[in-house]
Amino acid sequence: MGARKTGIGSDMQWSEALAKKIRCHVLKMTHRAKSAHVGTSLSMADLLAVLYGGVLRVDPSSPDWPDRDRFILSKGHGCASLYAVLAERGFFPLAWLDDFYQDGSHLAGHVTHTGVPGVDASTGALGHGLSIGCGMALAGQRDSQSYRVFTLLSDGECDEGSIWEAVLFAPHHRLDNLVAIVDYNKIQSLGTVKEVLDLDPLAVKWESFGWAVREIDGHNFGEIEDALTNLPIRTGQPSCVIAHTVKGKGVSAMENKLLWHYRSPDEEELRQALAELELSE
Amino acid sequence: MIRGRTYLVKNYLEEFPVTTREKKMGLATRDAYGLALAELGKENPNVVVLDGDVSGSTKSRMFAKEFPDRFFNFGIAEANLVSAAAGFASCGKIPFASSFSAFLMCKTYDQLRMSVANPHLNVKLCGSHSGISLGQDGASQMAVEDIALACSLPKFTVLVPSDEIAARALVKRAAKYQGPVFIRTSRPNTPLIYAPGESFEIGRAKLLRPGKDVTVIAIGMMVWEALEAAELCVDKGIDVRVIDMHTVKPLDEAAVIAAAKETGAIVTAEEHLIDGGLGSRVAQAVVQNHPVPMEFVGLKNTYAESGTPAQLFERYGLTAKAIVEAIETVC
Repeated sequence: MGARKTGIGSDMQWSEALAKKIRCHVLKMTHRAKSAHVGTSLSMADLLAVLYGGVLRVDPSSPDWPDRDRFILSKGHGCASLYAVLAERGFFPLAWLDDFYQDGSHLAGHVTHTGVPGVDASTGALGHGLSIGCGMALAGQRDSQSYRVFTLLSDGECDEGSIWEAVLFAPHHRLDNLVAIVDYNKIQSLGTVKEVLDLDPLAVKWESFGWAVREIDGHNFGEIEDALTNLPIRTGQPSCVIAHTVKGKGVSAMENKLLWHYRSPDEEELRQALAELELSE
Repeated sequence: MIRGRTYLVKNYLEEFPVTTREKKMGLATRDAYGLALAELGKENPNVVVLDGDVSGSTKSRMFAKEFPDRFFNFGIAEANLVSAAAGFASCGKIPFASSFSAFLMCKTYDQLRMSVANPHLNVKLCGSHSGISLGQDGASQMAVEDIALACSLPKFTVLVPSDEIAARALVKRAAKYQGPVFIRTSRPNTPLIYAPGESFEIGRAKLLRPGKDVTVIAIGMMVWEALEAAELCVDKGIDVRVIDMHTVKPLDEAAVIAAAKETGAIVTAEEHLIDGGLGSRVAQAVVQNHPVPMEFVGLKNTYAESGTPAQLFERYGLTAKAIVEAIETVC
């Protein structure tokens, strides 16, 4: 799917097909690697598909293009999805996905900047991505650059104090080239967000700090595309898109199940999951 | 035996002209940081400066006044400050991020390791008010672990200038160097060690005084104390070599090995905990290459409290006298 041009706006069918490919890759990768974080990789798949399906101005043949839109996966544990979409877009060969999590692979179990084309920051220590994005956005603003900076956060990550330092900072500097997307799947490592450390009312919190906020269904392609192609939400303010998502989305046995934060699919679970995804064609 | 204070104006192992002069106070190394930043602002439009609402103290305000569009006060939010510096660096800027060392290094270690060190970004960090010489403000403000923290980050460069001349030159060097650099500055004015115009190279120690019986390897404000100690040893018949190890990482191992081989004993002196600081790094090089007796002058398993810098240096054994005692145990 690498031939698609970048930054040309919405193409829902293409993005939906890309999302399905991401999910299939994620399931195979986590099965093969016996790695965790399937649920979180699936909840963000549709968001990534729309971003890399046309929203982001990036060039796979020139991953360090200075004018590119930046994308930071601040929730670095969702790396399988990111690697899948980068490979599908041709940033590196699809064959790299086979080595995910393995000895000597570039594709580590959390996102690492070094040696992976298309990755703009090392993440996985939660709470860094939005701050890195603030630096990138401020540099771009001061130099009148046209690039935008997108950061994808997890809901559990919003427990980190450093996130709120950045949330306070961005509106102060009127960083309307900065976009924070929260993958609000409502489940973190050991319980629901509500049980562990309740974030609600999340939109009100971001708004009160000075962000322009939009809440969407993070699996409705029309809503995602509309939100991510009409940016900034308000001129002079950073944009926050709170995407209400379902952990494990796309595989009914995994949806909304805490178990799938850490569990990886065995042979039979993989077969069933892939069959379900094919049927949804 | 050489009497009087000795000054080196050439790199180690080169011929060193020695001059003698009286103690003369210079600016604080933090002042030199501010002056160097203001110069860098003129020389390189990519230099930006970030500060954690203490620019009057770190002296980055000197840059802010000249280049307000390239100066950012992040407020009291050091984690955001450090990661944002990484963001600037990844976009081709040369960010200098400054705050008190206690906050810049100790509060943000996770950001330092994953936002800066792991991707090896071109971020410069300057921690001021290091060690205990900030005095009366007390333990919460005193960074006595910052060198250990910085040195343990892979491929970090760690600079501890001993006077304003060294600080100004090393800050300029840091701007030209590709990769993360931590610069440690002090609050009080410090005696001049070097003559104006002295040049510095990252990773090349300065031999300040020749000697054959023992070597004192010192950093920061302890360099002056080491020179004083060498003077006090003249009457004792101990010929002391003094080295300013302004770059703690990468360590000038050649200078350390030569000292071990040629003088047979080494004392390190630092305004920092002896765990994980200069002494630990020198000891590693000595043990691996040419083991000799060593003694360590520095804070020993303790924090300090309020006091004048002189009172605190006396109480915690960061004086020429304490260095002499250490020398006598290894000679």
